[in-house]
Amino acid sequence: MAVEERDPYTGHMTTGHEWNGIKELNTPVPRAVFFFLIVTALFSVGYWILMPAWPLGVTYTKGLLGIDQRNIVTESVKQAAVERGVWTSRIEAESFKDIQADPRLMERVRQTGRTLFGDNCAACHGSNARGGHGFPNLTTASWLWGGDPESIAETIRVGINSTHPQTRTSQMMAFGRDQMLKKDEVENVVNYVRSLSDPAVAKDVPAAKMEAGKAVFAANCVACHGDDAKGKTDLGGPDLTDRFWIYGGDAESITTTVWGGRQGQMPSWEGRLSPLDRKILALYLFDLRREQR
Amino acid sequence: MKDILRWLPRIAECLAMIAQLTRYERQLALFILLALSICGLAMAVAGTGDPLGVHGAIVLLAAIAGTFWVISGYYEPEPSDDRLDRYFDDPSRLGIILAMVWVVAGLFVGDWIAWQLAYPDLTFDAAWSSFGRLRPVHTSGVIFGFGGNALIATSFYVLQRTTRARLPDQLSPWFVLLGYNLFCVIAATGYLMGVTQSKEYAEPEWYADIWLVVVWVTYFIIYLRTLVRRKEPHIYVSNWYYMAFILVVAILHIVNNLAMPVSLGHAKSYSAFSGVQDAMTQWWYGHNAVAFFLTAGFLGMMYYYLPVRAGRPIFSYRLSIISFWGITFMYMWAGSHHLHYTALPQWVQTLGMTFSIMLLVPSWASAGNALLTLNGAWHKVRDDAVLRFMMVAAVFYGLVTFEGSFMAIRAVNSLSHYTDWTVGHVHAGALGWVAMITFGAIYASVPWLWKRERMYSGRLVEVHFWLALAGTVIYVFAMWNSGIIQGLMWRTYNESGTLAYSFVESMVAMRPYYIARAIGGLLFLIGALVACYNIWMTIRTADQPADQRLGDRPVPALAGGTAPQPAE
Repeated sequence: MAVEERDPYTGHMTTGHEWNGIKELNTPVPRAVFFFLIVTALFSVGYWILMPAWPLGVTYTKGLLGIDQRNIVTESVKQAAVERGVWTSRIEAESFKDIQADPRLMERVRQTGRTLFGDNCAACHGSNARGGHGFPNLTTASWLWGGDPESIAETIRVGINSTHPQTRTSQMMAFGRDQMLKKDEVENVVNYVRSLSDPAVAKDVPAAKMEAGKAVFAANCVACHGDDAKGKTDLGGPDLTDRFWIYGGDAESITTTVWGGRQGQMPSWEGRLSPLDRKILALYLFDLRREQR
Repeated sequence: MKDILRWLPRIAECLAMIAQLTRYERQLALFILLALSICGLAMAVAGTGDPLGVHGAIVLLAAIAGTFWVISGYYEPEPSDDRLDRYFDDPSRLGIILAMVWVVAGLFVGDWIAWQLAYPDLTFDAAWSSFGRLRPVHTSGVIFGFGGNALIATSFYVLQRTTRARLPDQLSPWFVLLGYNLFCVIAATGYLMGVTQSKEYAEPEWYADIWLVVVWVTYFIIYLRTLVRRKEPHIYVSNWYYMAFILVVAILHIVNNLAMPVSLGHAKSYSAFSGVQDAMTQWWYGHNAVAFFLTAGFLGMMYYYLPVRAGRPIFSYRLSIISFWGITFMYMWAGSHHLHYTALPQWVQTLGMTFSIMLLVPSWASAGNALLTLNGAWHKVRDDAVLRFMMVAAVFYGLVTFEGSFMAIRAVNSLSHYTDWTVGHVHAGALGWVAMITFGAIYASVPWLWKRERMYSGRLVEVHFWLALAGTVIYVFAMWNSGIIQGLMWRTYNESGTLAYSFVESMVAMRPYYIARAIGGLLFLIGALVACYNIWMTIRTADQPADQRLGDRPVPALAGGTAPQPAE
């Protein structure tokens, strides 16, 4: 039944099998195939002898080189920590002032702080730290809870309105929605607040309304924002006289804020970032602001 | 529009499957559909308020539609015994059409999410269109929807030709094809609703998995029943591969999906495995899905269509044997290379890496066997885009298996793992190998199955070929660049000994490559649309007087007794 024939093109015989017109040549397996099978098998056997390879019940062949990836990782991490220790130990031990006075140490802070910020803070504050709607710009002089390195470090540690027991807490109340202010009072105070950072607003608004707004402000807002409206960093009350606004400084945005209140959140980073990393971040942000000026 | 209306009855006629069923098979079909309706109803009731309920409704609707279909043809005359003189190709025809539907859907979703990576707003703020839900729609759509339907369709075709035996009955092939597509629909719609086991390429939940087992076992039984009745003394290479594909996928699927549902009324289940055992089981599954679904199945396809199209004998029977057993034996060990430098004990990683390296030899032997088969037919490769699809597929198969073994080396993996290099590697395989060999096989099959002299337009096949090749090359090069940049950025330290780049900086660096990748994917999608048009036009051209393939019929069942014994 099987009829072997010679393929005219290659000169090889067929196997004599045929399926639906398909025939097969009986070409010997090229030597290279056996050669590479042996080479790869030898490599594998060598690798098995040197490295952890085959299971033996509850244990396994450890390999002549005694290599264990877990030990290697532990060693490498330890080694890297020692190498970094040259400067990290100084950051941990020295005061903010001393660190800032050392340009070489600050160079380390800038290198490391940049990626720490990118991986942990940029999601909200933006990769350029300029914030966005609802998220403070960290490159300005306007800091809700104080812009010195110590205050920044504390804010990073406990967060704002976070779940940390010592969290910084602040809330802008919903003066309109909760009926603490009437509609015209909201309107007047919004105009007054706008005039604090933009004197041009006063020209378009009747003086009586502006006075009424000032009175509303004095009665309701100064507790947190201060008599001069320059904010209170111990309460997290923003400065209303500068040009920086977290939720927008136009009439509509401020009206929304006064009407419905605000309560921003920042997570606590204690337990998520080491004290060292938090200190680097605080220094980095303080330095970033100085650079921007 | 008028055209479509004119041709709809023709398609219905082509698929007038009820008339092909014997009275007994029609009754059996109704019984199966009744059982399926009851299952669907039970799922819909028990799963009210859960995605399971939606799937119950889908199953119920599908079963009711099927019931109406069977009833509509129930009193048609029974098929004559003449049918036994012909191969049973209708499931292959529908399978190829379904494969083309799925490839367009799967590629479209894939390219959509590719653009999402560069322009995240393209989710349009909906949950179902988020990257995490659409990605499995893409992967399942192209692997299972396109690849699976193409494998079922071609395996039925090849099985009958290479055994010269007709499929054992008329019902079970339809059950396998339609049941499999029901699985695919449940999978894809589930992802959109957020249903997932979170196991890559095994995302569908327990009820879909159980259904697939039923379908798959039936598929295997069809294969065995046909092979037993074969009129050829030997079993052809393609059938070794198709059998390995069906058998091993069944084993992988069952083991990896062992899970306990939260309740019979919920889609959610919990895996029988946990921790690193779960990871190892998943990647034993995952890598062997690559091995036995995306490699063995499509090698089966290649071993039939390439020599037939080239008109050349297989280069070496002996090489076929060595590669088959090499591939089936070595792949089984390689899965742990997906878990280098993880909690997986190092000795398991060692075995995965070394077997992956040895695996290169039988893989290249297969690719070489295919390419050397073309000796004496290279002029055809130059002139015939269909054969060129298959040739390029074999080249990509060789490239990708080299790359895979290379990436399995621990030191290389420490750079490549978790990066886009992996994505590029997968797509070099999926686009360059799997899709190219499938398009080649489909272009060869369509004229045979619909009894046409040739494809409607050879030029459009040529256009598709260049679109597919350009798309693949752009895609793969973009991902190589992006992946290596990513890997290097992640491991670069500054002089302070801390990481030089934040993660988001690596994202910014990848953006141009993401755009390039999406363009490559778009070219590939356009190519598939061209193929759909060409296939559609081929099907609707007028009938040819006779079958172009001489002697394309089984040995009559009455003529032959048992299978002849091998000559040796």
